[in-house]
Amino acid sequence: MDPILIAEAAINGILLGGVLALLALGLNLIFGVVDIVWIAYVELVMLGMYAVYWLVTAWAWPVWLAGVAAVALVAVIGILVHLLIISPILSSPPVNQLLATGGLLFFIQSFATFLWATDHRSLRLTLPILDVFGMFLSFARLLAFAVSLLAMLGLYLFLTRTYMGTAIRAVSQDREAMALMGVDARTVYLVTSGIGGAMAGLAGALLIIQYSVHPYFGTAFGPLTFMICVLGGLGNMIGAVVASLLMSEVISIGGIITSTEMAYVVAFVIFIVAMFVRPEGILGRRE
Amino acid sequence: MLEVTSVTAGYGEFTALWDVSLAVNAGEAVAVVGPNGAGKTTLMRVISGLVPIRTGDLRLDGRSLKGEPAHRIVAHGIAHVPEGRRIFPRLTVEENLKMGGFLPASRRHYAETATRIYELFPVLAERRRQRAGTLSGGEQQMLAIGRALMSRPRLILLDEPSLGLAPVMVLRLFDLIRRVREEGYTILIVEQNVRQVLSLVDRAYLLEVGRIRVEGRAADLVDQDFVRKAYVGL
Repeated sequence: MDPILIAEAAINGILLGGVLALLALGLNLIFGVVDIVWIAYVELVMLGMYAVYWLVTAWAWPVWLAGVAAVALVAVIGILVHLLIISPILSSPPVNQLLATGGLLFFIQSFATFLWATDHRSLRLTLPILDVFGMFLSFARLLAFAVSLLAMLGLYLFLTRTYMGTAIRAVSQDREAMALMGVDARTVYLVTSGIGGAMAGLAGALLIIQYSVHPYFGTAFGPLTFMICVLGGLGNMIGAVVASLLMSEVISIGGIITSTEMAYVVAFVIFIVAMFVRPEGILGRRE
Repeated sequence: MLEVTSVTAGYGEFTALWDVSLAVNAGEAVAVVGPNGAGKTTLMRVISGLVPIRTGDLRLDGRSLKGEPAHRIVAHGIAHVPEGRRIFPRLTVEENLKMGGFLPASRRHYAETATRIYELFPVLAERRRQRAGTLSGGEQQMLAIGRALMSRPRLILLDEPSLGLAPVMVLRLFDLIRRVREEGYTILIVEQNVRQVLSLVDRAYLLEVGRIRVEGRAADLVDQDFVRKAYVGL
């Protein structure tokens, strides 16, 4: 095997890991604060991809502007999901919460199929392929990675440098004590769901420049995202980033050594073994 | 300042407080003592809005706070230091204080209030960038009190501040609470250390199985068999 191919795959792995990390962080943020796993989270990414696709192809918007619009749109969808679906079931048993957000997944998939049929739709952008020391790197991926990094940095600064961001972390640690500080947890939940939605929208905008979108896009990315969250330790932000990079490297390097399918098998085997060894996730806290 | 009138409250089917009345005047320090399970913590939670009032009324400066949710009570000037401290363990000391002063009215005075709290509890200043969960029990209690002071309250509710602390730390903590008192705060305190708390407060109530049994000036109560009752009941 040509080492240059391995190096190329390793870099592609890092680039893919950036976008996956964005998704895992969004899902983790909501889980850590609201304490509910949004099974339908990756469906929001699919909606973001469609939003960009239609704005660009039907309305002739520039891609970057359509991307910004997708972030805003999916942020609003995130808030609506919280208000309409999550907030009535906040104190329900976990299985009901799972069923409700799982039901939302099927609803969004079916609704997308109904509206847009099962066609694979692509923006057909002609973005350059860069030749770096003999490695071929896609500009779209580099761009997606750079924007993901900036978004993660922005999220980090928001969570650590602002009152609302700190309140989000505080609510995830002790909701009732936060009420004694004069903070209504419901407001914090809405902000968190909006941010989670915005991150899904951004991931959608970054994925549509690389992949085609179809109503079952979430089925392809969803399990991987959940696996990364659990592997990193549910609710653990740094764990999510580490697990994203680990999994995307396994998939990317494994993919060129064997086949993509085999690489996924290896990734899931690593996941299963890791769950036996450290059920709380690689960076999870032991309860 | 604070008037609790004939309050009955509890959790679900269970009634923890029966017809409880209590008053705290501005500038006063008042203790509520009583054996375990008497309803002391419930009383504190009723005042801060965490437990709803079934019947009776709760007034601050004549204004009824009955039915107000906990997150709105703070803005009226009541800060609750809950049982078990309940600091945010994975936030830094400084971030915990920031959360105490979250409301816009207290946020404007952040620097000034924080400086005062660091003067009162110098150890918090030394550890301001440390995660709160790494502090000792006594330091965590200081942080919990400091965090409550950040909202610039007029009335502070202290629920079992000495719980789980080493005897030496308990003495230090009472000294610190005395200093907080001297700063002019009105205090309502629930405590297990009856003798020590009586030396700190002006008046005290004995709460037993959800009812107020005895009320009086701290100086008068120290000598009675009140202290024994506070520990073991009547």
